[in-house]
Amino acid sequence: MRRGPRKTSARIWICGWGLVFSMTLLTLLLGSALWVGERMIAQGDNVIRVQAHASRYNWQFTQPAPDGRLVTTDNILFVPAGQPFEVAIHSDDVIHSFWVPRLGGKMDAIPGHVNLHRLQADQPGQYAGQSAEFSGPGYRDMRFTLVAYDPADPPKALTDAPLPKALP
Amino acid sequence: MTDIPPNKAQRALHLHRELDKVWADLPGLRGFFTSVNHGTIGLRFMATAFVFFAIGGVLAMMIRAQLATRQGAFLSSELYNQIFTMHGSIMMFLFAIPLLEGLALWLLPKILGARDMAFPRLSALGYFCYLFGGTTIVLSLIFGVAPDGGWFMYVPLSDKTYTPGVNADVWLLGVTFVEISAMAAAVEITVTILRCRAAYMPLTKMPLMAWYLLGTAAMMLIGFPPLILGSILLELQRAFDWPFFDITRGGDPLLWQHLFWLFGHPEVYIIFLPAAGALSTIIPVLSRTKILGYGAIVAAILGLVFLSFGLWVHHMFTVGIPHMALAFFSAASALVAVPTAVQVFAWIGTMYEGRVQFRLPMLYIIGFFATFVLGGLTGVMLAMVPFNWQAHDTAFVTAHLHYVLVGGFVFPMLAAVTWWMPMISGRWRVAGLGESAFWLIFIGFHGTFFIMHLTGLLGMPRRIDAYPDNPEWEILNLVSSIFGMIQAAGFALFAFDMVMQWLFGRRSWRNPWRAPTLDWAMPLPAPSYNFASLPGPVHDNATAILPLAKGEGLLPGAPRGHRETLVVEPASGKPDHIAVLASNTALPVLTSLAIGSFFGLMLAGLYWLTPIGIVATLVMAWRWGTIMGVDYDPPWIEVAPLLTLPTHFSVTNTLAYTGCVALLVADGTVFASLLFGLGFLNVVAPNWPAPETGWATGMMGLMALAAFLVILAATFAGRKAATSRDPRVWTRVGFVCAVLGLILMAGLATGLDDPRRHAGDALRAVMLGYVAVHAIVVAMLALRSDRDARTGRVGPHRRGAIPAWQLFQRFLLFTATISLTVVVTQEVL
Repeated sequence: MRRGPRKTSARIWICGWGLVFSMTLLTLLLGSALWVGERMIAQGDNVIRVQAHASRYNWQFTQPAPDGRLVTTDNILFVPAGQPFEVAIHSDDVIHSFWVPRLGGKMDAIPGHVNLHRLQADQPGQYAGQSAEFSGPGYRDMRFTLVAYDPADPPKALTDAPLPKALP
Repeated sequence: MTDIPPNKAQRALHLHRELDKVWADLPGLRGFFTSVNHGTIGLRFMATAFVFFAIGGVLAMMIRAQLATRQGAFLSSELYNQIFTMHGSIMMFLFAIPLLEGLALWLLPKILGARDMAFPRLSALGYFCYLFGGTTIVLSLIFGVAPDGGWFMYVPLSDKTYTPGVNADVWLLGVTFVEISAMAAAVEITVTILRCRAAYMPLTKMPLMAWYLLGTAAMMLIGFPPLILGSILLELQRAFDWPFFDITRGGDPLLWQHLFWLFGHPEVYIIFLPAAGALSTIIPVLSRTKILGYGAIVAAILGLVFLSFGLWVHHMFTVGIPHMALAFFSAASALVAVPTAVQVFAWIGTMYEGRVQFRLPMLYIIGFFATFVLGGLTGVMLAMVPFNWQAHDTAFVTAHLHYVLVGGFVFPMLAAVTWWMPMISGRWRVAGLGESAFWLIFIGFHGTFFIMHLTGLLGMPRRIDAYPDNPEWEILNLVSSIFGMIQAAGFALFAFDMVMQWLFGRRSWRNPWRAPTLDWAMPLPAPSYNFASLPGPVHDNATAILPLAKGEGLLPGAPRGHRETLVVEPASGKPDHIAVLASNTALPVLTSLAIGSFFGLMLAGLYWLTPIGIVATLVMAWRWGTIMGVDYDPPWIEVAPLLTLPTHFSVTNTLAYTGCVALLVADGTVFASLLFGLGFLNVVAPNWPAPETGWATGMMGLMALAAFLVILAATFAGRKAATSRDPRVWTRVGFVCAVLGLILMAGLATGLDDPRRHAGDALRAVMLGYVAVHAIVVAMLALRSDRDARTGRVGPHRRGAIPAWQLFQRFLLFTATISLTVVVTQEVL
């Protein structure tokens, strides 16, 4: 019988690889993920706040123009490049999810709840966005565009927008 | 103490004829509807599961055909939504769960050394509920009314406003109907492992497969109730407008997500554990050694069972839960990888220590390692919150879950099928076919799904039916689709191989793999009764095949003409009594039809007719009990020289009693989920509390108090009946009290606010309904006890239905106390 060597090898395989190896690796990974995650979440500090209102199958955005007026647009969202902004996401029919893949992760729009999501576009340009939660037959067309503009040169859509009739 | 002398050897053929006459199914079609034998039912479960797997596979091919090009002109959006919803639902609820149930039902008595499962009729009932429910779900696809809200059925998309048709009802009612089989199997597996083992097989020495299935059954008992409760609540909302998930009236769609994933995550481990059990069984034999670290693996199983209930929120990382809470669930999700790592390294170590034989099951095991480890690694990636936010609901997750489920379930299960096929068919396979099938499946699978990680990282969301603006995804999807077809061809070849083996394989010799476990201590194909005499301390492994066949083990033959098997004490395996099991009967199929009539009437929207289904079910349940007692004291049975045991009629700690305890664990979890729902809505949902109404608090409080006192009195009567020589007075008192309690609760119900007004009112009505349902069960049990007492079925040792009644009565007292308090205080606070 190879009783002696068997015992040692059980310890190596199970304690060494199964416990010590896996737990060390997981601890390192988890720590770094938490650190990254903490930097990504909404801070509630004084940054630009835009509203994203999802409904089947349309995104309505309310964003501040450079002069402070609020401008409402459909399926296109304007934010200044190079600074963080927060999106307040809500829905009043089914669940949707706000996602601009090149800027960061997604956040759900859930009826009755408002979720805050912090993002930043470093470079001016157009970023494709879409809903990432199945919402029915028109789901795949529920897309939008995020336009990050140079703060020195705001787009006409914001500066020339007519004054909104009533604000919430 | 553990020395049981062997019985006298007899002629094996004579024993076989005697046993087969008692245990065999009836011939022909009658046999199909009346069989309760675990061998028949288990195989039928597995065969049916593979049929549903084929249907789910065809749906998968349609999805791949649709996504192969970016225009996706093959299916309309509406149909595509039905197809991906059905693909997921079929694979989860009609393939994976039933397949593992079937394997457990078929294998457990064999590997534990028993003649049948603890509750043969329950096996058959579960099968027919599965067959009828599953068929209904699949038929809905043909009629174009299949569920189309995703297999997770998120509200509000699945509520009446956004899914006005019958589609969501098919899912909710069909799946709940099928889940009866899961609950039945969970109870049965638990009781069989704890009490139907070979004599003196202690828990600590039982085959690892039994440990894995015990873990699985425990998880099913606790994991399924949240889903069942969630489905009931959502169906109540759809059918009667009770607003549990309606934000405007105090509900919250997040409640559904919590209930669903409270089930949904343990579900992954429910599927994985039996597959891992097959690996732990096969790997050491094909490595010609013993498993490394038995104790560590058992600890890992228990760890998985425990941890898997702390992970559900990782499916909800994007719903807006605070980051610190996410950190907790993220850590738990990462931690669950540790017990899995322990097992994987134990298997690798076992193979390293032994000499691996690359026979067909081993190929599938290599396939498992290559696939599952990748799935586990992407799982760890997804457990990290920032990465999850990015990859959630993209094709990356599709790839991950297929790596985990196909790697962790399908490959091991195919290994298991090829492993046990000689015992099922009695034949050896045709060379070459199996290997070709494996390579087609393996190459097809990785070709389909490996590249899908990349598709997901490039931003392709799940569940879209076309992507006209994203040409960069097209080539990746086309590759996936082509390999998907190769994979499908592999599965078809696998099925063909099985048929060929069944028809043309040569006869297999006994124990072809030279495995040590008791399942191979029988002739092939496995006989209807498994063992001519039961294994014990002398005959405790596969080498005992001849002495067992000659009747040298325990309880040889069937001289009394009954189906008998040995029942042991849970921990030590000390023989306790003999269970006389049910024989062929049509009662299970009739009962499942009665239950099915209720679900059918609900589905048809004929709510006012549903009481017919309920009454039919109660009548069948009543008939279920009529064969469960005898009106005389049966003689003790000689199991072996010097070992004589009573039958289960004369003891109180029967299999049925253990089964009731297991069932009440699940039932208690339903109740706990209900309380969770109440607490959750109270704290999280907007529009709380409900607007005030003029509720007659004093009157209602008195009525609730009276109901409580009546239930207390019935509990007292049950206790008296349990010890009394002549319990007839007490059984009658118990029955009358239960009926009185029901009347009082009906009175209470009339005074409640309209459940449609607010989620709080709806939950209150559900709590009262929960207590009322249990009061009906208790009334039935009291009446059954009363009948037993009046027909001579109760004696000094024979207690009839009284122990079960007492158990349920106590459970009712416990839940009624909480519920009635909540119903009253919710108004006062």
